[in-house]
Amino acid sequence: MAAPVPHPATADPSAGFGFILKKAVISALVALALFFLMIGIRTEAGPSGQLIYWTRFGELAAIVGAVFVGSIVIELLRRWIGPVGGVELPASVRGGFAVLGRLLAPALLIFALLVPVIFYHQRYLLDLAILVMTYVMLGWGLNIVVGLAGLLDLGYVAFYAVGAYSYALLAQSGLPFPHFIDTYPYVALDFLQLGQWAFWVLLPVSGLLAALWGVILGFPVLRLRGDYLAIVTLAFGEIIRLVILNWQDLTGGPNGISGIPLTPGEHGFAAMIGVPFSPTHRLVFLFYLILALALITNWVTIRLRRLPIGRAWEAMREDEVACRALGINITTTKLSAFAIGAMFGGFAGAFFATRQGFISPESFTFQESALVLAIVVLGGMGSQLGVALAALAMIGGFELFRGLDQYRMLVFGAVMVLLMIWRPRGLIGHRAPTVFLQKRTEISSSLVKEGHG
Amino acid sequence: MDYFFQQLINGLVLGSIYGLIAIGYTMVYGIVGMINFAHGDIFMIGGFIALITFLVLVSIGLTFVPVILLLVLLVAMAVTALYGWTVERIAYRPLRQSFRLAPMLSAIGMSFVLSNFSQVSQGARVKPVPPIITGGYTLHDSGNFAVQLSNVQIVVVLTTVVLLAIFSYIVARTRFGRDMRACEQDQTMAALLGVDVDRTISMTFVIGAALAAVAGMMYLLYYGLVDFFMGFIAGIKAFTAAVLGGIGSLPGAMLGGLAIGLIETFWSAYFSVEYKDVAAFSILIIVLIFMPTGLLGRPEVEKV
Repeated sequence: MAAPVPHPATADPSAGFGFILKKAVISALVALALFFLMIGIRTEAGPSGQLIYWTRFGELAAIVGAVFVGSIVIELLRRWIGPVGGVELPASVRGGFAVLGRLLAPALLIFALLVPVIFYHQRYLLDLAILVMTYVMLGWGLNIVVGLAGLLDLGYVAFYAVGAYSYALLAQSGLPFPHFIDTYPYVALDFLQLGQWAFWVLLPVSGLLAALWGVILGFPVLRLRGDYLAIVTLAFGEIIRLVILNWQDLTGGPNGISGIPLTPGEHGFAAMIGVPFSPTHRLVFLFYLILALALITNWVTIRLRRLPIGRAWEAMREDEVACRALGINITTTKLSAFAIGAMFGGFAGAFFATRQGFISPESFTFQESALVLAIVVLGGMGSQLGVALAALAMIGGFELFRGLDQYRMLVFGAVMVLLMIWRPRGLIGHRAPTVFLQKRTEISSSLVKEGHG
Repeated sequence: MDYFFQQLINGLVLGSIYGLIAIGYTMVYGIVGMINFAHGDIFMIGGFIALITFLVLVSIGLTFVPVILLLVLLVAMAVTALYGWTVERIAYRPLRQSFRLAPMLSAIGMSFVLSNFSQVSQGARVKPVPPIITGGYTLHDSGNFAVQLSNVQIVVVLTTVVLLAIFSYIVARTRFGRDMRACEQDQTMAALLGVDVDRTISMTFVIGAALAAVAGMMYLLYYGLVDFFMGFIAGIKAFTAAVLGGIGSLPGAMLGGLAIGLIETFWSAYFSVEYKDVAAFSILIIVLIFMPTGLLGRPEVEKV
């Protein structure tokens, strides 16, 4: 068993270079022990099914060396930057930042509106913009649950999946129950019957179904908090994915559903407004569609925040027990947060199904939930602008590293850890309660911890 | 009836593996109050280390199986324990005073790091090993169905029992065990009385990881394969086991592990294999709703 090596948490500035060197040597030794087998030896199933292995001591040496040098650099940087800490910016600079902050949101909005005009000929960028906006919408949706109501939801992707599958199934076959349609043919919502309006009818239907599932999840978890809530929502998300994966008759199992119809070109929206149909126009249309959906999400969130229900969410996030003592109905508060958050997830899912034309359980894994959650956390849990910027940074970053495909999730995980260490409250800033009493008492952090917030 | 007994044996073996992982969850939850999301991936790393060590030992000419197994066990435990220690040092210790969700999110990040690290370093394909321990006994043969007890199953259960005995002794009788229980109750008070809290928490992670490594090795022996993604599902199931047994309670974790193993095996045997994970997760939800303290847990007092 490896004995723990004492690492002083805060370096004594008086300690000299010897200390840094010692620390670096220890780090390098730990790295050597960690990576000797995992990196130094590479296993693979050989041609006859027998396992073979070969050594990679060069890589091992490089990594251990990198850890050694990295440890020295970090320690030196810590000494350099560490004590400076919170620098007070001069008032004029802070004022400038404030003005910039106020202008940022409108500027981003105008930029978003102009994206299809600027990048009209770059299909790839247009596609990417649609993807970013989808995640902005998902982030804003999850922000209601996590950021405003303070309920850590690790299974948000379930609602995204419910929305996408609801839309796909309804759009393909009317109602997914053949004998039901045979018995009551007039109830069947046939996509073709609805013509170009089908999307607009099915979009809210998908959203409502997702909201229903939000309530279904919400009921059992009413009493749970914090970590337990997180694990149950995670299990819920996995259950939904596994059911989709295994219920082959309905969902097509791992093969997914393909050929999801979108308003067809000749009779579609483009024809209605007299624009010739082309793939680019389709992308432009999809971009404005998701932008509109995202902005609706944003608008609804901002409005809800000023209503009693929004205040109740924020109060619940700060202290649930106090909330209950004040007579706020926790049941409706929690359920409404889950339902509304899920509804926007469902809208995004329906949009995703339309855009892709193909969905499969692959798109709704836990990684997706973690990515959306990371966007919300990076954005500062509750700040609308922060979430949008975080989605842009995250998805843009993912695209930049597309070449290093297999390292992507590795880097993503590492970024999540580092973010929690350096800026646990988010990079962009966090949203304080909208209203609070003018006189704020100082509470020591140890007391805050007791509250199990 | 024979079929039932066969499933009972299989379920108990699977349950021992879950129980070993569950102990890591429950210990960490007891002492720092966080779900160590990366623990499932520590188990996966343990499986990989065992596989690689086994391969190296065989290729340098060792042939005596008990010696190989013992060496693999020791190496896997030591290296995986170091992984557990490093994870705690890098991802959790700086966050101990942070807000409540921070360690959880950091743990999710760490889980991604570990599983993708082994994907990058060892490849995404499933790694099969030939059966290392062969043979077994036929307990009862009714003509059309024979109840088998294989040697692997015996090894898995015996190793689990022996390690649990050692581990229970450590927690109940040694200085470290007392320190650990003291930190569990009140860290500040323990620190005032001269317990090195940081060191105790580190050791908790180390022991949890070592037990997870044993589970990983047992998994390798029993199923004959490892892959980089196996930690996620196994981790959630072991967590379910810890919750079922009452989180924070060590015998509870083992009991919960056995229960989950049995439920999963019987569900696969009598209902459907496809939905066995759904069954395990549904149990997690049901337990948390109706019995949040689990089978052997203490009720949590809510302080305002």
